Amino acid sequence: MSKSEEYADIPGTYLFDKRACAKGYHLNNFCMSLMKDENRKAFLADEPTYLDKYKLTPEQRQAVLDRNWLRMIQEGGNIYYVSKLGATSGYSFEKMAASMAGTTPEKYRAMMVGGGRSIEGNRSKAAQSGAGDEKGNG
Amino acid sequence: MAKIIAGVGCSHVPAIGAAIDLGKTQDDYWKSLFDKFKRSQEIMAELKPDIVIEVYNDHGTAFSLQYIPTFAMGVQDEFQPADEGWGPRKVPLVKGNSEFAWHLVESLILNEFDMTIINEMEVDHGLTVPLSLMFGQVDQWPCPVIPLCVNVVTYPAPTGHRCFALGRAIRKAVEEYPKDMRVVVFGTGGMSHQIHGERCGLINSAWDKKFLDRLTADPIGLAGVPHKEYVTEAGAEGIELVMWHVMRGALNDQVDELYRVYHVPASNTAVGNIILKNRAA
Repeated sequence: MSKSEEYADIPGTYLFDKRACAKGYHLNNFCMSLMKDENRKAFLADEPTYLDKYKLTPEQRQAVLDRNWLRMIQEGGNIYYVSKLGATSGYSFEKMAASMAGTTPEKYRAMMVGGGRSIEGNRSKAAQSGAGDEKGNG
Repeated sequence: MAKIIAGVGCSHVPAIGAAIDLGKTQDDYWKSLFDKFKRSQEIMAELKPDIVIEVYNDHGTAFSLQYIPTFAMGVQDEFQPADEGWGPRKVPLVKGNSEFAWHLVESLILNEFDMTIINEMEVDHGLTVPLSLMFGQVDQWPCPVIPLCVNVVTYPAPTGHRCFALGRAIRKAVEEYPKDMRVVVFGTGGMSHQIHGERCGLINSAWDKKFLDRLTADPIGLAGVPHKEYVTEAGAEGIELVMWHVMRGALNDQVDELYRVYHVPASNTAVGNIILKNRAA
């Protein structure tokens, strides 16, 4: 079985491992709090004050305020928790996914209906840079 | 004596639950998927389980990151569908069977599977979507359900071999139970999908179909597939498929595949369903 460090070559993928779980603990706890309606209302009414209750890093805090989904994931957010912020903010999952993939919701939807993102060219960062193609993370 | 008669593998995509609850099953996007599951529901009606043991994962609903049990079993008599941020699904209350669940817990722990014991929890789409797909829209579920939660959210999930061995231990525990009961084990989640990062939207149908084939023909070999292959080939969230090995381990070596569904996409995910019946030993 592979240790979590051995996944680093998989492109566009952020394993929710020991590093991410520790780094994102408070960010994910903030997201979890949004399962309660009263908390959703309090957050939306005054986001900075609500966020003061959680020990977020400056990067995490800014990513939340910007609704920068990819950055939240890169800063230790887990998608099942982060998506609670998405639901609170009126983002469809498709819109979040498109944002993370760097495309539009329309193009993302068309890709999914067409059978999804191909595995070909998406297994390895090393292979991507070696091949010099652009199949990677489009 | 209780016995396991069949196993079910089934995806648990939340958008499927939403489509059912919002009356969209006949929409163009969804109709062909739900048509494929009609036969699944007929087969379940023929199998007539007295109880389902459902292996699934919680998605930051009942559990937070505060406690992360690798294996946990719900032992109470009732499980409310959870509010996951858009209101609880309008599905029946999930009834458990405390006596049977405690029997399983006791047997499993004494057989060295150290289950976390849950006296109170709500259940999310991971548990209720497969029930909807296999039993349809009903006023009450046709039988009690024992939830068995597996951590597949925080790395590392248990290995495929460990999940398969848990299935073996479940079979032993079921067969020790003195009452006559027909038990069906569900393994849920998958199939290929990735829902985070730049690579989100990944689907690998060739890999998924091979997984379905090997589930019948080569279950022990399949249980040896390392985590990294799931994450690379089936997408980071495709690791949920390790839960299907619990189901397969609970069955006999020889099974007959009664039916399968494979459909792309439901939202971000490839949907799979397989029904395996124990061949008489």
